[in-house]
Amino acid sequence: MRSKPLAFLRNPTGRSPLFLKVATFAALLFLHFPIWIIVLYAFTTEERTYKFPPPGLTTEWFKVAYERQDFWDALTLSVKVAGASAGIALVLGTLCAAGVYRSKFFGKDVISLLVVLPIALPGIVTAIALRSAMRRIHIEYGFLTIVIGHATFCIVIVYNNVIARFRRTAHSQIEASMDLGASVFQTFRFVVLPHIASALLAGGMLAFALSFDEIVVTNFTSGDQRTLPIWIFTQLFRTRDRPITNVAAVFVIAVTFIPILLAYRMTREAEH
Amino acid sequence: MSTDPVVPTTNPSLQSNSPIRQVSNFLYRHSCLATGLLLLLPMLWLVVIYLGSLGTMMIQSFYTYNRNTAQMIEKFSLEAYKEAFTDPNLSPPNKDVIKRTVRMAAAVTIAAAILSFPLAYYMARYAGPKMKGALYLGVMLPLWSSYLVRVYAWKLILAKEGVMTWFLEKLGLMPVLDWLLDIEGIGGNSLSTSYIGVFLVFLYVWMPYMVLPINAALERVPKSLTEASSDLGARPWYTFLRVILPLSFPGVVAGSIFTFSLTLGDYIIPSVIGTSSYFLGTLVFTHRGTLGNWPLASVLTLVPVVIMMVYLSVAKRLGAFDAL
Amino acid sequence: MTESNPRQVAIRFTDVARHFGNVKAVDHVSLDIYDGEFFSLLGPSGSGKTTCLRMIAGFESPSSGSIQLYGEEVSKMPPYERDVNTVFQDYALFPHMNVQKNIAYGLMVKRVPRKERERRVGEILDMVQLTTLGKRKPSQLSGGQRQRVALARALVNHPRVLLLDEPLGALDLKLRQQMQIELKAIQQRVGITFIYVTHDQEEALTMSDRLAVFNHGKIEQVGTPAEVYERPATSFVASFVGVSNFVESSQAFKITGEGKSFTLRPEKIRLVTPDSSTPADCYGLNGTIRDVIYLGMYTRYLVDTEAGVDLTVVVQNLESTSSDVFAARKRPVKVLWQKAHNRIVEE
Repeated sequence: MRSKPLAFLRNPTGRSPLFLKVATFAALLFLHFPIWIIVLYAFTTEERTYKFPPPGLTTEWFKVAYERQDFWDALTLSVKVAGASAGIALVLGTLCAAGVYRSKFFGKDVISLLVVLPIALPGIVTAIALRSAMRRIHIEYGFLTIVIGHATFCIVIVYNNVIARFRRTAHSQIEASMDLGASVFQTFRFVVLPHIASALLAGGMLAFALSFDEIVVTNFTSGDQRTLPIWIFTQLFRTRDRPITNVAAVFVIAVTFIPILLAYRMTREAEH
Repeated sequence: MSTDPVVPTTNPSLQSNSPIRQVSNFLYRHSCLATGLLLLLPMLWLVVIYLGSLGTMMIQSFYTYNRNTAQMIEKFSLEAYKEAFTDPNLSPPNKDVIKRTVRMAAAVTIAAAILSFPLAYYMARYAGPKMKGALYLGVMLPLWSSYLVRVYAWKLILAKEGVMTWFLEKLGLMPVLDWLLDIEGIGGNSLSTSYIGVFLVFLYVWMPYMVLPINAALERVPKSLTEASSDLGARPWYTFLRVILPLSFPGVVAGSIFTFSLTLGDYIIPSVIGTSSYFLGTLVFTHRGTLGNWPLASVLTLVPVVIMMVYLSVAKRLGAFDAL
Repeated sequence: MTESNPRQVAIRFTDVARHFGNVKAVDHVSLDIYDGEFFSLLGPSGSGKTTCLRMIAGFESPSSGSIQLYGEEVSKMPPYERDVNTVFQDYALFPHMNVQKNIAYGLMVKRVPRKERERRVGEILDMVQLTTLGKRKPSQLSGGQRQRVALARALVNHPRVLLLDEPLGALDLKLRQQMQIELKAIQQRVGITFIYVTHDQEEALTMSDRLAVFNHGKIEQVGTPAEVYERPATSFVASFVGVSNFVESSQAFKITGEGKSFTLRPEKIRLVTPDSSTPADCYGLNGTIRDVIYLGMYTRYLVDTEAGVDLTVVVQNLESTSSDVFAARKRPVKVLWQKAHNRIVEE
């Protein structure tokens, strides 16, 4: 971690940036250290306790976990749920962003509040509310109910990404397109869509990551199906299976990192 | 220069009568209607499914619960409310749980703000473009990566035989830990079964939500302002207190909405780490899960909703929404 | 040059108004713009000139009144159905397309065959002197080059009317002056009606065949540059187009014997020694030079006159040097101008 030499000289607020550097480093360490620990523990030879430092390192737990069918079932379900939820969120979030961007009326704020509400309110609220409604109409808990819940709070992720991109798009480009003879649909296809494409992709992937990882609401909207987070959650209370839980944790971290990194790259590129 | 001049040709009329064109014209002329059509589907989803669910929950809180049959009866009553706030025989006493949860949320929020500010400040003011990107990613990765796994990591860290103990032993700080754990109210048997442990995990899990809004607010403070302030003779700390802090405060409030709300409604962390005492989330979970007492669970769920409403209206006054 | 009938009306505004809430952006404007004209809409910001342009393009529709394009009512027609193209103030080039694709856009959406498209794009690139830059992205071009691409993108469609919304505003002075000449040349070459929005009176005078001066949503005067400059219809026009001395009615009475306020261009006034005689066709006033502003090519004098009016006088520095002109401060002088140069205006 090196800052530009003499950077503090240019900045009159600079107390000693050493303090800042240490604090920054400490905060980052705090954020990342636990993730390294997870990786380390996937290789430990210790089966029963969380002993540190690990007495030895081994890769055998990866093989054991690989053979666990319940792990694979949970993973498959999670991927399906996340795919479906991200898909729905993508459509609804984009429509909503386009509508809010276009609309001039005062109800705009109400709409954006409504979109944010499912993640702004504590997770337990969304969870209990959805469960109550589902009970009331006697819908059978399962894949569908999980997806409904996830899509509801994923909309905002896509919405935020897309509306930010809309706001950065000069309105005159849309006018230019129509001025040059393109109809509403042609303008969407040739000008608007290429503009928001990477925002859509980024939003979709983040929605996927959010859904893939969700447990607070899922616990209430699933029947006896187990998504990966629910599987891990039950594993946490099974001391016998600790090594497998460790391996699964690393796996989940790896799977969620990929869409995040890709989404990050895409939004960055669009900014430059 | 080309030799043959570009002379305008009279275009054949551009208007075509294809149905798509006609739809396009219709939408262009009725731009409000077009906007409405765009909003129709998402609004339908959010209003019917989400607001509908919230409404159902609210109605349910007025129903009656029959303890003997463990059934909910669709009969209007205020029993659940009475029970939630006044019944002294209830175990656990709900009011204590609410107080405990709010205190925890407040502590986590304050700690997150203190810990996040230097990082956000460094990102906004000192880091070059590359460094900024790296730091941003350094905050984004933990934010988006698996919540449950990150909670689990702390189970490993806080365990009696785990990482934290080992480090503290090496540093000779065990007496400090023991002293902390002995404090009534926040201590416990070990870190993983104490409020300190729960606090640390909450702080860890929600901190990125604080860093990003503060950073965004700081990015919006023009550098020329600090220069102007020092040009006018202000010492650096004075500039910081009087210029930078007030201007970035909305960002802190915006971040606090997340940390506060997320702590308020979480039931996973207190059930994985910590003492057996209840937090709002775990309490609701128990009431609906093991007891099937939906009316009471609904009432208790409304508590964080009300708290957040109050919080949001204060935050709005402080300009937090502009910083989101 | 074109052989089209110069009197054919390209754009006709009939009693057009456009309101935004309570704000009357355009307040009952009627105007004819002829085929093949270079016509400028001149006015300060917020005067309604841009709104008029946007109504011709179709981005706004009038609250009342009618707009005709070559006799066809277009006020309710979407922009993509109008045979009109625009050069935007910020150019509005599509950042994800290269120069060729940007220019070919209008032809593409109208399904012009590829061969023809390429031919026309090549032709127009030659005309705006960007032949070798076809594969560049807009972000790789300079401001002046972007401006040319925007022009080419509009012209390649052979619109019946080309609209230009302060297209030179973002360029620096030298480039702007060069582009003014080029734009005018291109217009004469293609013969398309150009409607040009600007707040720069010099630009409007340089380029236009005719211009309309806007103020508060209304047209104050329509005419050729010479007419507008020489015979401003209102005091606003007199002050906005060029520099004018405005003499209000009570002071005017002391000079002309009539109580009608008038304007007077500073370059029409001569400075002479106080004892000079006043010819019969001139007005003459004694006064003192209060201030001298040396501007290199010419000098601006501020004269306090016996009629109680401060007159600005501009004199070319034909032989005088800066030390000469500065020495004139505080000197008594006489100002002389021909009676015919007084322009009676409404106040």
